[in-house]
Amino acid sequence: MDSFWKFPTMDADTLRLLKKNIDEGFRAFTRAYGDSIESLFNPLQSFLIWAERLLLATPWPVVIAAVAVIAWIASRSMKIVAGCVVTLLVIGWFDMWDDTMKTVSMIFVCTVLAIVIGIPIGIGMARSNRLQRIVNPVLDVMQTMPSFVYLIPVVMLLGIGRVPGVIAVVIYAVPPMIRLTNLGIRMVDKDVLEAADAFGSSSWQKLRNVQLPLALPTIMAGVNQTIMMALSMVVIASMIGVQGLGQPVLKAIANQYFTLGVFNGLAIVGIAIIFDRISQAYGSRLQKHREIVHG
Amino acid sequence: MAEANQPGIEIRNLWKVFGPNAKAMVPLLEQGTSKAELNGRHGHVLGLRNVNVTMPAGAIQVIMGLSGSGKSTLIRHINRLVDPTAGEILVGDEDVVQMGAHELREFRRHKTAMVFQKFALLPHRNVLENVVYGLEIQGVARRRQVEAATRWIDRVGLAGFEKHYPNQLSGGMQQRVGLARALANDAPILLMDEAFSALDPLIRTDMQTVLLDIQKEIRKTIVFITHDLDEALRLGDRITILRDGEVVQQGTSQDIVLRPADDYVEAFVKEVSRGRVVHVEAVMAPFNPEDRSLATVPRQTTLDAAANVLMQHDCEHLTVTDEAGTPVGQISLRQLLRAIVTPADDIG
Repeated sequence: MDSFWKFPTMDADTLRLLKKNIDEGFRAFTRAYGDSIESLFNPLQSFLIWAERLLLATPWPVVIAAVAVIAWIASRSMKIVAGCVVTLLVIGWFDMWDDTMKTVSMIFVCTVLAIVIGIPIGIGMARSNRLQRIVNPVLDVMQTMPSFVYLIPVVMLLGIGRVPGVIAVVIYAVPPMIRLTNLGIRMVDKDVLEAADAFGSSSWQKLRNVQLPLALPTIMAGVNQTIMMALSMVVIASMIGVQGLGQPVLKAIANQYFTLGVFNGLAIVGIAIIFDRISQAYGSRLQKHREIVHG
Repeated sequence: MAEANQPGIEIRNLWKVFGPNAKAMVPLLEQGTSKAELNGRHGHVLGLRNVNVTMPAGAIQVIMGLSGSGKSTLIRHINRLVDPTAGEILVGDEDVVQMGAHELREFRRHKTAMVFQKFALLPHRNVLENVVYGLEIQGVARRRQVEAATRWIDRVGLAGFEKHYPNQLSGGMQQRVGLARALANDAPILLMDEAFSALDPLIRTDMQTVLLDIQKEIRKTIVFITHDLDEALRLGDRITILRDGEVVQQGTSQDIVLRPADDYVEAFVKEVSRGRVVHVEAVMAPFNPEDRSLATVPRQTTLDAAANVLMQHDCEHLTVTDEAGTPVGQISLRQLLRAIVTPADDIG
């Protein structure tokens, strides 16, 4: 009756041996291939450094003007433009400009990467039910697995720095991109697709002329979600050496600097709101043709 | 656009069964398994049962039936949006069933164009961009796309609306865009799947007139699906009536109205205004030279029109003539009226 009250477990030696073997196996793998895998990510590293230098080397008035122009193109709303400019001015006044630029550049790279990876996978999932069945559980794992857990192998392989940080962020932030691309394409009206078929569209023409344009608002919602999730990873990423607004927060936690934590936290919230409003306004502007109704 | 160039469509022994093992069901059906049996015992749904239709080139072929009769399935076989279980679909001398993917795409691009019940316009494109769609797919130069599109937008009466989005247009206007999109394709075959069914009655009549007007110029082979007998009689050079996936009757509007094949067709025909469909030759009496009337009508005249002529001349009866003007029969007011108000079988 013992095993009724106490869960019967694998015996301790086997379990220890199992863990040890996997650890050693992975360590051996890291020693053997770590360098070559690291060099595989060199282009990503240069992209990151380029983006960061670009933002840091550009004089701040130019950056703010550029943000204002982008906000205007995307939203056509003076209110949103003014909000973005004021937020950036306040962040700069509180001496967080450089950290903010580092964070923005990293978020930018992560978002580009998530889009480049996510859209093709989402398209593939929309076209094949079998791929959808395979990818969906993987996405579930990526979203629910605590990020610290997959930080371990990434750091073992690539060490500490920007690249492993970006990889961790992208793993966490890419699922909504994939899911919403898939959803958007699957939701396209069957009648319109049939019409495209009836006119002899190839599957590429169908994708380009019908499915992607009609899924675009949903895909933009995915971009928006991806950016928000990437921002929420800033502090965790800073634990493995990603610079930016996360590091002062980390320092604040370690030393109980309340105000330092709040300021940098609010700066993260500030740029999150900027990103969110701009991308949402763009997304809804894409749907303009749906709003104007006859009558 | 000479009439001789238009291909006719010939559908031979076409079967469609929906289900996982459709092919194996055809022999069972050939032995006389019923639709209900097929569904209950074998878990398959019967779409079309041994359909044979010959659609003449350059004419409007109407396929009529209630919902569930298989008419939409049938029209989708012609451009193979639905694959048949068995049978042949000959367009000109090509068998659509045998086409590979590439061939089929070329066939859809150049030989057919389709108009849909729910319009199926691209909501993110304005009217002009919707109408050029087929030509864009064909890879026609942009300048020629716009040229053709502008001409057809004009022809269907939407000039000035080129920059509007579908959402900004009424149902009737949206279907004009659908029609222009199909016509701009310049394909010899036009497939119209309940194209006017979603429109208000007045607008529907309007669109029928537009279609008939255009058909006088373009003489395409048009396949028109409808559940409305009045529409069928007005548009159809030939009519095929479907019920539960089977052809019940085929013929001209006269054939259908005067000689309904069974109760199902008769039930439809009862509600129809016969004076607009039936020609005098179908109900006239033999010509009697001693009782010749000076007022004459060609034998293809409808009863309504003949009654009008009779009234204008204020006489007892009319002489019916053939194309050469030779008298072939005569018809009195009494006969006219009886034909208009009673079924043909009861006429003496």
